[in-house]
Amino acid sequence: MTTQEILDQLPYGKPFLFVDELLHLDENGVKGTYTYAKDLPFYEGHFKNYPLTPAVILTETMAQIGLVCLGIYLLRAVKTDQNIAIAMTSNAIDFLKPVGPGEQVTVTSEKVYFRFNKLSCKVKMENAAGEVVCKGNISGMLIPKENG
Amino acid sequence: MNKEEIIEALKTIIEPYSEEVTALAHIDENTDFINDLKINSANLVDIVLDVEEKFNIEIDNDSMAKMLTVKATTEIIAQKLEANAGQ
Repeated sequence: MTTQEILDQLPYGKPFLFVDELLHLDENGVKGTYTYAKDLPFYEGHFKNYPLTPAVILTETMAQIGLVCLGIYLLRAVKTDQNIAIAMTSNAIDFLKPVGPGEQVTVTSEKVYFRFNKLSCKVKMENAAGEVVCKGNISGMLIPKENG
Repeated sequence: MNKEEIIEALKTIIEPYSEEVTALAHIDENTDFINDLKINSANLVDIVLDVEEKFNIEIDNDSMAKMLTVKATTEIIAQKLEANAGQ
């Protein structure tokens, strides 16, 4: 399974797709990048006259790269005509530094366990300077659905 | 470990995953994790992982699928403990 095939299977679209490129992927983890375009709609209100990437969006970015891309890879034996139902079920994240419009971030995720369709990952996000901006643990359910 | 002891240990494991105070206070063999305790599928996985750790057993997919009530779960734990003891 190529990284492009994984990106093609992602169920997200603009403006809520937060994965640009997958740099590395194996059974135990994934590394990918995303650049927050300056014209993303939430910057208009978060905050007024002081745009910063909301923590929920940072969390979502870590989940899309760290949990969903890895999960699709781990479920690759599943037929491609099947969809995968995805739900983030818990997360515990520390936010250490702000991320502004136009910044590129790199997300690294390590699988803690994948059992009974629940994937739990240790995830961190770094900025272009290599500083950790947030880190924590994200878990979710990934369930293949019959007939899409 | 007898059945009552297993149920006691199970209660301690289940408690953090349910907000149903009344149902938690009256856990018995017939308690259903989803209908009575309103536990979702993600937390059911956590319970099974906690059960594995607590009882030092391994739960396979087939057993997991059956573990929806206290009774079924207790029976599976007892079986696995017995199998371990026989090794």
